[in-house]
This record gives sequence, C-alpha cells and structure tokens, in this order.
Amino acid sequence: MRTMRSRVPRKLLWVVGAILLTLLLVGCGKDLPQNTFNPAGPTAQSEKDVLILPLIIAGIVFVGVEGGIVFLAIKFRHRRGKDQLPSQLHGNTRLEISWTIVPAVLLAVVMVPAISMIWHLADIPPNSMEITVQGYQWWWGFQYMDEDMKVDYGANGPITTADVLVIPAGQTINLSLRSEGGGARSTAGTPDHQVIHSFWAPRLFGKQDVMPGAAGEGNHIVFSANEPGTYYGQCAEFCGLQHALMKFRIVALDATDWAAWVQARKSPAPTPPPGSDAEKGMQVFFGQGPAGEGGGQCIACHAIGGAMLNNITAESTAAPNLTDFGNQTHLCFAGCDFETFVDGNANLPALRAWLENPDAVKLGAKMPDYNLSEQQIDYLMAYLYSLSN
Amino acid sequence: MATVTVTPQRGILRRPMATTGWWSWFTTVDHKKIGIMYGISSFLFFVLGGVEALLIRSQLAKPSNTLLNADQYNQIFTMHGLTMIFLFVMPMSAAFFNYLIPLMIGARDVAFPRLNALSFWVFLLGALFLNSSWFLGGAPDGGWFGYAPLSTTDPGNGMTFYALGLIITGVASTVGAINLAITVINMRAPGMSLFRMPPFVWMGLVVQFLLAFSLPIITVALFELLFDRRWDTAFFDPTRGGEPLLWQHMFWLFGHPEVYILILPAFGIFSEILPVFAKKPLFGYQFVVFSGIAIGFIGFGVWVHHMFAAGLGPVANTAFGISTAIIAVPTGVKIFNWMGTLYGGDLHLDPPMLFAIGGIAMFVVGGLSGVTHSIVPSDYQQTDTYYIVAHFHYVLFGGAIFAFFAAFYYWWPKVFGRMLPQRWGKVQFWILLIGFNLTFAPMHILGLGGMIRREYTYPASLGLTIWNQMASVGAFTIALSVLLFIILVIRTQLKPAGLENDDPWDARTVEWMTASPPPPYNFEEIPTVHSLDEFWHRKYAEDETGRLVRVPAGASGEEHPSAGGHSIHLPSPSFWPIVVSLGFPILGYGVLYSWWLVAAGAVVIVVGLTGWALEPSVAD
Repeated sequence: MRTMRSRVPRKLLWVVGAILLTLLLVGCGKDLPQNTFNPAGPTAQSEKDVLILPLIIAGIVFVGVEGGIVFLAIKFRHRRGKDQLPSQLHGNTRLEISWTIVPAVLLAVVMVPAISMIWHLADIPPNSMEITVQGYQWWWGFQYMDEDMKVDYGANGPITTADVLVIPAGQTINLSLRSEGGGARSTAGTPDHQVIHSFWAPRLFGKQDVMPGAAGEGNHIVFSANEPGTYYGQCAEFCGLQHALMKFRIVALDATDWAAWVQARKSPAPTPPPGSDAEKGMQVFFGQGPAGEGGGQCIACHAIGGAMLNNITAESTAAPNLTDFGNQTHLCFAGCDFETFVDGNANLPALRAWLENPDAVKLGAKMPDYNLSEQQIDYLMAYLYSLSN
Repeated sequence: MATVTVTPQRGILRRPMATTGWWSWFTTVDHKKIGIMYGISSFLFFVLGGVEALLIRSQLAKPSNTLLNADQYNQIFTMHGLTMIFLFVMPMSAAFFNYLIPLMIGARDVAFPRLNALSFWVFLLGALFLNSSWFLGGAPDGGWFGYAPLSTTDPGNGMTFYALGLIITGVASTVGAINLAITVINMRAPGMSLFRMPPFVWMGLVVQFLLAFSLPIITVALFELLFDRRWDTAFFDPTRGGEPLLWQHMFWLFGHPEVYILILPAFGIFSEILPVFAKKPLFGYQFVVFSGIAIGFIGFGVWVHHMFAAGLGPVANTAFGISTAIIAVPTGVKIFNWMGTLYGGDLHLDPPMLFAIGGIAMFVVGGLSGVTHSIVPSDYQQTDTYYIVAHFHYVLFGGAIFAFFAAFYYWWPKVFGRMLPQRWGKVQFWILLIGFNLTFAPMHILGLGGMIRREYTYPASLGLTIWNQMASVGAFTIALSVLLFIILVIRTQLKPAGLENDDPWDARTVEWMTASPPPPYNFEEIPTVHSLDEFWHRKYAEDETGRLVRVPAGASGEEHPSAGGHSIHLPSPSFWPIVVSLGFPILGYGVLYSWWLVAAGAVVIVVGLTGWALEPSVAD
C-alpha cells in the first residue's frame, strides 16, 4: 500500500514534465514571426541568453516545490480511522533561516550576468548607423540621419520611409526613438495625440518606450540583424484605439541590394508619363484633379520626395512618407495593416478599400475619407504603385 | 437594550433603531452586516468582471475576429482590470477583514462603526458611478494603468470617469484602512499581544498600512489627471512642459504596493486554513509574520520594474532589478513555511484545504515567472506581452481568488450557520484548477511567442492561434466553475440555518469560540487570550505521556451561564454614513456635467457630516 502511494507523485511528475517539455518545444517553434526565443541578432540573442540560467533554476524550483506540495498533500492526507493528532511542530529556526538565505544567494548569482548585460545593452558603439524612429498614432516613420544618407533633391533632407525599416544586414544600428503627433485631424500647426509607444521587433531586440517630450530624449535601441531577411515588429505600449494595428517590418538586405536601395532612395520619385493614369493620379494626390473633380488632399499630410506639380511639392510629415510606395521592399502600408504586394503583384483590393473608407477598415484611422470617386481611386492607385525607383 | 435609559439628545434626524428588516441594512453599523454587504457587492462585480473576461476571450478565440471592434475591446479590457482589482479583490478583502478581524481579536465591533458603514457605501456608490460610464458615452478605454498623455488626450468622458471613480473608491479604502488599523491596534481582547494575533489579522494590519501610505499617491496623480482633462492643466503634457513619466512613477509607486494589498490577504487566509486542516500549528509563525511585514516594506521599493522599458537608464534599472529579486525572498519563505505546515500533518482535504493548497501551488508559478522579470534585459522582451498577463493572473487569480474560495468554504458556516456542500465543493475546485491552467498557462507561450497585451486582434500569421483557443476554452471552464459555486450558494442559502456544531472544522482561532452565526454582540463575554491559537489550546491539552487529548467540554472553567447578551451596549444604527456617501457620486457627475451638481454634492456631504457630528450617541 505504502509503496504504491509514494509512486503516485513520481508518475504525476513525469506527466507534468512531459506536458511542459511539449509546450516548450512547440513554444520554440521556428515558424513564429515574433518568437523571442528565436533571436536573429545579437541584441535579442543576449536578452534570451541571460534568461536561460534563471529559467533552469526556476524550472528546478518549480518541479521541487510543486512536486513537494503534491507529495505532501498525498502522503500526509487524512486516512479513515486515524484519530491520533499529529505532532505539534511549531517550526525549525535553522531550517527557516536556511530557506531564507539559499534563495537569496541563488538570486544574487543569476543577477550578476543580467546586470552586466543591462550596461552592455545601453552602450552605443561608435560605428553605428544612426536612424530616428518616429511613433505616430498608429504607424511608424524612419529617418536615416547619417551624412551619407541624404537625398539628392530639394533641401537634401534625410532619406525617410514609413512602415518598413530597411537596413544592411550585419551593420550595427542605433535607433533614436521619438513620439510624434501628426495626422490629418491634428489642430493646425501643433501636432497633437503625442502619446507613448514602444518599439519592438522580438527576433531582433527587446522593446524600448517611445516617449513624447524631453522624457524620451536618449531612449535608444542598438541592434543588428545577422542575416538578410524580413523581421516583424509592432508597438508594444497601449497607445489608443488602433494599438493592435501599429506594426512595422524590418527588411535586412545584403551589401549589393543595400547599395542599390540607398541609391534609389536618394533620387526623386519618378514623374509619371504625360497622359497616363498615374499622371492623373498625381493630380488627384495634389488635389489638382480635372475641373469639377478636385481630388484628395493627400499632400496635406503625405510627402512624396521630389514630386512637384505646378510648383507645389509634397513635404508634410503628418502621415507616412510615400516616396517608395511602389518599391518591392515597401512590404506593407497604413501601420503594416495591409500588404503592399501579394505574390509580387500590387495589392489593389486592399488599397482600394483603404482609400474608399479608411475608418471602415481601421476604426479611428487619422486619414479622412475624401469621398473619392472610383475613377479617382483607380488613378491614385496607378500613381502610388508607379513610385518605384 | 431595554434596560438602557439615557436622556434623549437632539440630532437632525432621530437615530434609527431597527436592527432587523431590509431597511436595517441601509443604516447598520454592525461590522458583520457590513462585511456581508461588502462580500455580496464585490462578488457581483467579480461576475461582471468575469463577463468582461469572457468577452475578451471570445474576441481572441480566433484571429482577425470581428465580434468586438477596437473601441469596444479597449473599454472592456480596461474595465476588466479596474473591476477585478478595485471592485472585486480589494473590497472582497475588505469584506473578510470587516467580518473577521473584530471576531478574531475578540472585539465587539470595529473602532469607528459609522466610518465603517461610510467606507462601504462610498465604495458601492463609487463602483456604480464608474460603471455608469457604460451608459453615458463609453467606459474608460485607456487601460487600468491610464498612462498619460494618452489618458489625458483620449476623447470622450471615459477616462474622466476613471479618475473620478478611482478617487471615490479610494476614499472608501482610505477610511476603511484607518478604521481597521486602529481596530487591530486598540481593540484586541485582554491577553492578545501582537504575537498572539492570528496571521490573517497580521496580514490585515500590514495591508491597512499599505493602503494608508499608497492611496494618497494615486489620489494626487488622479487629481492631476482630472485637472489635465477637465481644466486644461499640463501636468502630463510634454508640449507645455509637463512630464508623462511623472504619471508612471506615481501610478506604480501606488501600483506595486497595490499588488501586495491584493495578495497579502490571501497569504493570511492560507496561513489560517492550513493549520486547521493539517491539525498542527502554522510552521514558523514568526517567519510568516515577519516576511509579510518585509514584503510590505520592500513593496514600496520595486515600482520601476513596471517601467524597465521606459528608458530610465541603466542605474535605475539595475537598482530596481535587484530590489525585485530581493522581494522574492520573503515570498519564498512563506511558501516553504506553508509546506512545513503540511509536513507531518493529518491533512483533511476538504474544499477550504483544496483551494488553499491549489492556490499556493498556482501562486508559486506566478512567483517564479515574477523572478524572471527581475532579469532586466529579458524583461525588455517580456514586458507588455501576454507573458506578463500570465504572470499576474497566476499571482492574483492563483493567489487571491483561490484564497477567496478557500475562505468562502471555510467561513461560510461561521457567517451563515450553514455548510456549503463539501462534495460539490471539491468538484468546483477541480473544474476551477483545470480551467485556470488551461486559460493562463498558454499565455506564457503567447507572450514569449510575441503576442502583445491589450490588442483587440491578431493575425493568423502570428502562429499563435492554437494557444489563444486553449485560453478561450479555459476561460469558459472557469466560468462553469464559478456558475457551479453560485448554484451551490443559492441551494445552501435556501436551506434553514443550523449547524450541529458551532465549530465544524475543529478550528484554532477566537472567532470560532462564539456561536455560528455570531450574535450581534459577537461575544457574550470577551475572552481572555493566553496563547496563539487560543481556541485550540482550550480544546486540547497534553496528557502525562505528552500526547494531545481533547479537554472535556466545560472543564476549562471558562464557560458561564448565558445572560443572552441583554446588558451589552452596541453602537446604534445611523442614517448619516449613507447620506454622506451619496454626496460623492453627485460631486463626480457635477465635475463632468455641471457646477450646480458639484454644489449639490457638496451640500449633501456638508449636511451629512453635520448631522453625523450632532447625532446622539444612542437611540432616543
């Protein structure tokens, strides 16, 4: 009887262990796009590595304590007919002191590598590429701040993209984080809706808050991607209605592709050929459509680098910069809620739905509904997808 | 009471006299009735918060679901958190403290009975005020943590309701905390030194101090938030020199002690129930008490671990990483001492014991994941993901809610003179345990697999659909368990009261020395306390061989013939607590809608307090 009883908890432990192992294996699945346990760069790698020792210790404590509780509950359970009271043990000071000190020592041990990693991650290596990350409600903007990353037209400002951050694989990058207002519904001149965001691409780096105002100055992330590829990320700090759809992607390119991409970004957006749908789309974009049709007021918020119509340029920073909209590296738009390409082809249905009624596909979206006609939307889509160098 | 003759004093209203009938519940100052009202109302809010949880889990049961839109979801997750924390766990703890602390320390009531009634009515009206926002343009939708400047710029009245509602319920908690702390300090029975107090009373005392010191911080922050929203100040507006981080510091400087406000009552409940059902004393009573006090102190020094990703710099992150690791030590001490209590015991696995052991086992999981948050670089990955959601549900559901169920089964006969069904109670426990783990265990994987908190939808391409579905099935399993509990309660309450034995569990503490349910005056004669576990020591003594044997009833010489409690003076009921508390929601609506209402609310409060002050001390 007695031996059978003491076997029960051991079997239970095996079952629990097997379940946990399965969970862990599945949890480590390689196909998860935002898996923190599948790092693709040194920052995420070290953030995972410092967790391994604590996790092992926690696992041992887990099995010991949970197993102990189950064991005690079964071993000392009341048995029918037992009327003798147990011995009235009030405590054991030596034992209690030891289970105060031993965990304290264990914790001290696991804290040492963790603390040195805090300081290591805060360092900015001197050869880092400088990129500014701007958090808006609800999309991300990126500006390349290095001297050799300025465009060749206009006032020679920095290369600017939205939704997709393109980087050279293997290069150490320092992201400076800033929260911006923006959006067509901002009060004139002053950006509003400056709220806190958090920038996070789980396979590359842990998150860091994107703060408005002076508090956020100095918030930065240093990282690099080991291999060329696409990495997924999103805002991690609740930032209002469409927090869930404030996503971004990081595309890491090899050296050749990177050089070509930079060259293309430095040149102005292509001007559509006269008479084409794209040219009419450009007129709609600039609010200069054919008489009686007017057009959207897209330029009120969106910029397209180097584009000019009747001496008007599109340079507003209140909404995503669309200069590279038709480029194959521009994978997604409107907070990465929509794919720009499906199997290499323009994703016209998604863009049409978005232009027809932004609020219907993304409740609370800051882009107003300009009641564009189907014809205008066709022209506009032709223009946007022509924006590819 | 017929024998009391006092010259009538004048007051604004006659002092109410009835202590029975439905009206008496509105004027009562009896800590037991107030405790029961606290319990019933907070349980109803538990059900409401649970319905909100089911809506959340239904929305997330499949990717790109459209059951709820972003706006509805944001309101529901915000109110789920607010309801469970401020309208369920805190007032349910207050229910147990109110009912049990006077009985456990051998007192007839709390120190200030009318203030006690005030604290309940302010809580209830504040809670209803907060929930009225559903019908007045939308509930708060900026998260229970209400980060500025999102919370200050958010359109609609939701976050104004949040600020006002929490200020009002904060008044209730502050009043209650001061009252209960003074009760414990001043009103203990003769002989009950601090280290003869039951551990539940100890944890209660620590909680009242935590409340008294942390609530002022959140109250100041909430007023600043209110001013920013309503009168265009700029405390948190960075474009006008305000500081968003200020809100975070103030919120979490309250928010982390708050975590221990929520969990220490559970530690007290575990520490009461384990010894009774193990038939042996709490292992290392002093260690359990001192670790509770230590948790209370260190709890004020860990708040930045909620802000590791806020960019405070490596110095702050290092310091608070260390303090976060340190607070695990006293928590671990309690776990080991509870295991020591089980060791060598004669464990009666009745529902209270099952819920207590299960709760401890679940809390351990949350404690261990909590330690991983102190590894700051990894916390950059974990924070704001479902890993955190898993962690604090293991701590607060596994700890506090399992403890509450343990306490319901254990003290039900004390409060209502009826036993909840034991066999069905065990069934309810197992359903809850399974549902709980099915819901929250997958959330560890969701978080580490890259799913953020507070998102109303996720794409199938995230690859985490299966774990979300498990959690959703689990949530409905929890609901089944709670439903079963409600059915058991209704069936039990329909039966006539009457226990064969006032002490059905062979308990150890003073509250079981009186009748079950206790008479209005609690104890006919205030007991004199000689030791920790006073009742146990009156029942059992060592024979000549050192074995414990039961002392025959009446042999201790403590019993006296009953006088029926006729000569015991009790505080009379009063109208004024409910009158004063009515002023608070009127003030609140006034801030939202009209200065006239503000004036009306202020008048109600001033008149109420005047009537209160002039009220004669006894009925005329």
